[in-house]
Amino acid sequence: MTYPLNPLVYSKEVEVEPIRAGFGRGLKIAGEHNENVVALCADLTESTQMHLFKEAFPKRFIEIGIAEQNLVTVASGLARAGKIPFTSSYAAFSPGRNWEQIRTTATLNNQPVKVVGSHAGVSVGPDGATHQMLEDIAIMRVLPNMVVIAPGDSLEAEKATLALAENGKPSYLRLAREKTPIFSTKESPFEIGKAYVLKEGEDVTLLGTGTMTYHLLNAAKLLEEKGVNAEVVHVPTIKPLDEKTILASARKTGRVVTAEEAQAAGGFGSAVTEFLSTVLPMPVKRIGIEDRFGESGAPNELMEYFGLTGEKLVPQIEAFIEEMPRYHQA
Amino acid sequence: MGKLTVTQLKQKANDIRRDIITMLEAAGSGHSAGPLGLADIFAALYFDVMNIRPEEPEWADRDVFFLSNGHCVPVQYATMAEAGYFDKEELKTLRKFGSRLQGHPEREKLPGLENTSGPLGSGLSQASGYAYSLQYLDENPHRFVYVIMGDGELDEGNIWEAAMFAGKNKLSQLIAFVDRNNIQIDGTTEDVMPLEDLKGKWESFGWHVLEIDGHNIESIIDATSQARAITNRPTVIIAHTIPGKGVDFMEYNYKWHGIPPNAEQAKEALEDLRTLGGKITHEGAGV
Repeated sequence: MTYPLNPLVYSKEVEVEPIRAGFGRGLKIAGEHNENVVALCADLTESTQMHLFKEAFPKRFIEIGIAEQNLVTVASGLARAGKIPFTSSYAAFSPGRNWEQIRTTATLNNQPVKVVGSHAGVSVGPDGATHQMLEDIAIMRVLPNMVVIAPGDSLEAEKATLALAENGKPSYLRLAREKTPIFSTKESPFEIGKAYVLKEGEDVTLLGTGTMTYHLLNAAKLLEEKGVNAEVVHVPTIKPLDEKTILASARKTGRVVTAEEAQAAGGFGSAVTEFLSTVLPMPVKRIGIEDRFGESGAPNELMEYFGLTGEKLVPQIEAFIEEMPRYHQA
Repeated sequence: MGKLTVTQLKQKANDIRRDIITMLEAAGSGHSAGPLGLADIFAALYFDVMNIRPEEPEWADRDVFFLSNGHCVPVQYATMAEAGYFDKEELKTLRKFGSRLQGHPEREKLPGLENTSGPLGSGLSQASGYAYSLQYLDENPHRFVYVIMGDGELDEGNIWEAAMFAGKNKLSQLIAFVDRNNIQIDGTTEDVMPLEDLKGKWESFGWHVLEIDGHNIESIIDATSQARAITNRPTVIIAHTIPGKGVDFMEYNYKWHGIPPNAEQAKEALEDLRTLGGKITHEGAGV
């Protein structure tokens, strides 16, 4: 099936909306579907878009205050009592501050606690490095039992939220603060553990997660003008990884680039590399933040500075293609 | 199960202590002092206070018990075995490869455990979440949530986040114990990080506070009855206990916090417990 892309995806007129807004809508719908869905927030209710759920289901909304350790551990107790708790804060604080509590009381305890980390990545902007969470993918994907999802736009975030309400597992949902272009449509598929080929190509595989998929689509468009036909694969679920789809594309193109708005070490690119190194060892270019923290600035300015926009991605991908021979299967 | 008399409960506590010594000696590692100090509270909870069905651990109407200081789990395993959750033979597998009795409690391994704990400071939050669910989401006033914390673990900030949360929400179905034995690994609690005025601290967080002798079975049962009768606040029972209780050479000695008895010490400990108070308890009750 061809993935239905937003017809405006390559246009300046493309609709934009914060990914977290999709979470807010999805949570409210999940609450309508299932009365066991409850929401907990750490004094950032509107910021994380939980206010929609709070207004609809005041009884099932629990204000925790600025106490992220308590946020996930209370959720663990609620889960034991049969509830499906969604917890939200900024990713820098949850899972940034409460990782051990998540490890012990959510994943080892294997309770379906949902950790929703908003304001991830450098596109948080002016708040600066303290609030630009870049290490969350790495610290969450190493936890056994944990599901890790970074939706690419607000429509997908809504679908992902609904899916997480049903998956029965401890899960991490990574959200971004800024308005993000919508590349998918209402009809686009989303399933936990599935990656989607958005654009077919033969010369290089571009694997994107979260906000980076849109930028990879743009990079692919620009590369096309230069005669490079890139395949773009959207990988919203970082764990469990859709190995089949990734392997098929890697086998076809022989070159893989990953992109994430997070540390280039330990995160999505590392997950892809770990997988490919065991089944089809090949050079993989991991694009992300290179072992440094972010800083204050306008979101777009920072995305450009860190080389994460379509235009800035192109030379990095070109150089990789130039330097690295295409992998040929023996 | 039918209710036991206070004398029978005291005997149960003694049996639990003997099980603890035997299982720790077999394990070759683990914590001695805390579990021995908690035996009376566990005997009272599992054999009198809590509404539970050991043969049906997931019984929907049960009271729930959360252990926050997971290192004290030998006393919980011993109590659960005494109560019939599993065969006492299994106690000998404590901390061994393949055992359901992990060094620190893992919920998924053993039916009857409500949580996984070990890293300190998170049990009160988990219990609070459960109590919140009963009180506000399920609106079921008939079930109660019990949690035991160590006093040393009150150093953790997570505990006071939970204390604020439970106080704010007046979680009256939440009944917490602080095992006030005054020791932690590096020394006495008041040397390592003073907790006093402990009663005042909990009161200022909106809790009803009771202080009892944690080895007096009647006091333990009375305190929990009082706690259940309080409908506008959570209750914390500060239970003063003697670490290593019942084994003369372990009592009050913080060095027994994190080590097990060797064979000779175990023999001496069991002798102490067998002849407690100069009277012989029923023989052959230990594992």
